[in-house]
Amino acid sequence: MTIGKRRSNRNNKTRRLCSFACCAALLISGVIPTFSAHGADKIAPLSVSEVAPGVFVHFGATALMNRENEGAIANVGFVVGERAVAVIDTGGSVREGRELLAAVRAHTKRPIRYVIDTHMHPDHVFGNAAFAGQGAVFVGHKNLPRALATHGPYYIANFRASMGAALMDQVRIIPPTLLVADRRDIDLGGRHLTLRAWPTAHTDNDLTVFDRKTGTLFAGDLLFLRHMPVLDGSLVGWLKDLVGLARIPARRVVPGHGPLVRRWPQGLADERRYFECLAGNIRAMIKNGVPLAVAAKTACASEKNRWKLFKAYNARNTTAAYAELEWE
Amino acid sequence: MIGKSVRTVCLAGLAVIGFGTLVAMAAPAQNDDPWPQLKRQVFKNQPLADGSGLIALDMPYRAEDAAVVPLTVRATLPAGDKRHVKRLTIVIDHNPSPVAASFTFGAKADISAISTRVRVNSYTNVHAVAELSDGKLYVVKRFVKAAGGCSAPAIKDASAAKIGIGAMRFRQLVPAAASPGRTRQAQIMIRHPNNSGLQMNQITHLYIPPFFVKDLKVWQGKELVLAMDGGISISENPSIRFTYRSNGGKAFRAQAVDTKDHVYKGEWPAARSGT
Repeated sequence: MTIGKRRSNRNNKTRRLCSFACCAALLISGVIPTFSAHGADKIAPLSVSEVAPGVFVHFGATALMNRENEGAIANVGFVVGERAVAVIDTGGSVREGRELLAAVRAHTKRPIRYVIDTHMHPDHVFGNAAFAGQGAVFVGHKNLPRALATHGPYYIANFRASMGAALMDQVRIIPPTLLVADRRDIDLGGRHLTLRAWPTAHTDNDLTVFDRKTGTLFAGDLLFLRHMPVLDGSLVGWLKDLVGLARIPARRVVPGHGPLVRRWPQGLADERRYFECLAGNIRAMIKNGVPLAVAAKTACASEKNRWKLFKAYNARNTTAAYAELEWE
Repeated sequence: MIGKSVRTVCLAGLAVIGFGTLVAMAAPAQNDDPWPQLKRQVFKNQPLADGSGLIALDMPYRAEDAAVVPLTVRATLPAGDKRHVKRLTIVIDHNPSPVAASFTFGAKADISAISTRVRVNSYTNVHAVAELSDGKLYVVKRFVKAAGGCSAPAIKDASAAKIGIGAMRFRQLVPAAASPGRTRQAQIMIRHPNNSGLQMNQITHLYIPPFFVKDLKVWQGKELVLAMDGGISISENPSIRFTYRSNGGKAFRAQAVDTKDHVYKGEWPAARSGT
């Protein structure tokens, strides 16, 4: 039982010791008196665009989370009402969360009343701690607390290698207390946000946010553009949710990853094409007895040049889709 | 910007002050190979001969999803070699419970290839140890890069996962064109969370207890085709695919028992091409 475990602990310990040595070196040499990651005062605001009046978005880098990008790969944003502010996703590190908080403060003094997590993934919720203890209510899909309970410790352990101790030591899993089972409106003063919990698709805890005043939809990771979609829920469920998403009368849509979409529902076309390819290819392979290992290498090669990070995720998506579809 | 300069200094500091520590810490890890000890424990000091050319283990070098890593073991005995595989043990050296599964093959089933899906918890060697009909043990290994497969919550839709536990499927697949005689291919699947016991519920701080299929048997007619002693390293919804020689039996039966002693059964008529 303990043989493997002991080894991984030792590796972590090695890493922890190294970062300790590194911090000690800083303290001794006195090069930098305060470690900037620990103080909010020196945080520069995250760059945001006002995509509609009172609706601000930071567009994340199309990349995997790492030390260098500080986990800032997802689109995050905030909506400013007459009385309050709602933050939508907090980013991939507490550092990014603090930068987002600084961006909010650069635009308004109104209180942040809601922090909305669109789903459980680290690039969207690792910044939550930056907004804790300031009176904001954390909001999420009714399945989000369970998902964070089962996945949270795993994420914290596994992102240490790519993100590093300095960023990861600050991360706290903060589950939502205001839960959405179907739909729920929240009032920011002069504008209402409609929150909608979706059946399992990208994950089993996807939530979208629709600002009725400007027709802006925050789709979370139900919508990917350019960045390869990541399947961590249900392919069949996602294809169904695309039908519901297409019916939303959005004037602009903020995807979880990728640029702002101005034509709706046309903005769903790339994702639908890829998912239909996956479903079609994999159903045929299962029917013909093609094993999982072969399917993972060959499915939807036609999509290769249409997405960034195709290599990082296609075989993974194929594996997940195969495991789902073979039980149809 | 500030962050960047901190990191640069940090790396420099590590190079000067941390280097000695790093080397000192890293050195024992390289010698920390669990295989010699595992070999003694699992195979009771029986000699393990090099299995190259007799059996082959196929696994991806880098796993796409550490909770679902496909693995295939094939018998590659040279033409004229009359031996066959009687038993097969898969050991994932660095997993918390290294013995992933032991398979026993039916005496007349002539199983020449078997595939399943496993969880892999860290970069590790994987050993496949086959007992051939000469009674001797032969070993081959592969190195796999994967992390976190045992603690990974593989369940993607937690509500749906509770439905249909114990449901079984048996698929009789078209024999490969090159397969001679009565060699067939089949897949047995069972719906089961196969919890590893290493996933923690952060609210209660309790580990979700291990709950997995510990025993699975497949028969054609009255003869055993294969049996599996499974552990926590077998992925959710266990699936075993295998080639076998049909004995002409009219039906296949399967029985699985999990760690709560639930018994699941299935029976399927043999396809015409399989008789």
